Amino acid sequence: MAGWTDQRVENFMGNLLRIGVSAAAIVVLVSGGAYLVRHGQQPPGYRVFAGEPKELTHVPGIVSEALVLHSRGLIQFGLLMLIATPVARVVFSVIAFGMQRDWTYVAITLIVLGLLCFSLAGR
Amino acid sequence: MNTIELSLIIAAGSLLAGFLGALTGLGGGVVIVPMLTLAFGIDIRYAIGASLISVIATSSGAAAAYVKEGYSNIRVGMFLEIATTAGALTGTAIALHLPLRVIAVIFGVVLMYSAYLSWRQEDHAPAIQQPDRFAKLLRLHGAYPAANGLQHYQVQGVPLGFGLMYLAGMLSGMLGIGSGAVKVLAMDKAMKLPFKVSTTTSNFMIGVTAAASAGIYLNRGYIDPALAMPVMLGVLAGSLAGARVLAGAPVRTLRLIFSIVIALLGVEMIFNGLKGRI
Repeated sequence: MAGWTDQRVENFMGNLLRIGVSAAAIVVLVSGGAYLVRHGQQPPGYRVFAGEPKELTHVPGIVSEALVLHSRGLIQFGLLMLIATPVARVVFSVIAFGMQRDWTYVAITLIVLGLLCFSLAGR
Repeated sequence: MNTIELSLIIAAGSLLAGFLGALTGLGGGVVIVPMLTLAFGIDIRYAIGASLISVIATSSGAAAAYVKEGYSNIRVGMFLEIATTAGALTGTAIALHLPLRVIAVIFGVVLMYSAYLSWRQEDHAPAIQQPDRFAKLLRLHGAYPAANGLQHYQVQGVPLGFGLMYLAGMLSGMLGIGSGAVKVLAMDKAMKLPFKVSTTTSNFMIGVTAAASAGIYLNRGYIDPALAMPVMLGVLAGSLAGARVLAGAPVRTLRLIFSIVIALLGVEMIFNGLKGRI
């Protein structure tokens, strides 16, 4: 499609990445501050590996922890937004290559997206 | 030490790592894991998780600027991301079954190799060549803005570059680093991309590669929010500042010092790994 030149795709991609990283950083900063105010006096819990509690290891759990405003859940939600930023860029690439009717690259990008979804879905 | 104190010190260390990494072009991610494990005694699994998060933040932040300036080759990046994400999934799967001390030793070797590469980095302007079969099929050629107008280039060595990218992805997934050094090597030496194109396209791909590993590690409980927070914010702020003061800074000297630090950290990681103290 004539409207989606490489230049326009690159601009949109750049903005998408910038907004994703900034938004994630703000969420992590604010909820991290709240976490330190509330729990800062305690000894750190990450020196010895115990694994994270189950609700902080998968997407639905993190979202529900963030919704009840648990500060660790909120930070994890910000980190999830960060992880989602490159994924969103790949999703946008599928659409952009589709608009350009570049089916080879739609297929290539879908393979990458599939691998990313496999990783995030867990088992 | 309580959590506030430790968080502030970790944030300051990460800030410095991100600053030097951006200023010298060596990347800050590679020193985060050794810093967290050797200096703060943090479990290497949490360190790898936090480092991966910081890698996504800095590479996506930098890629946003490069993509707009038209240096990155998006087709080359997209195609090679198949190799790096597949490699990342393999690397994480291997890492989950390796003893931690073995991971520490591999990390040490990669650190020393990164330091070695930074000592012998030469810029070169490749002549216009013929594309190879795959490059033609995949339309990988491109152009980038230079002082004397738009420079066109062709791409070679696609199978070798693809293989090296798989390796880079594996190391990234296994160690929680960006593997920028191996990625640039693949695109620079194997595929003969212009230097500016290979560094920026590598950066463009690192976020997606790290996201693939981060998903797995998140599910395994390696990503601790309280630790990832100061690391991510510190490295991100440091690298933004480092990219800004680029002009006028004594980059050669800093690069030399930073590469020596990286090499020494490599020796210490190997030593601790062999001693079983990781």
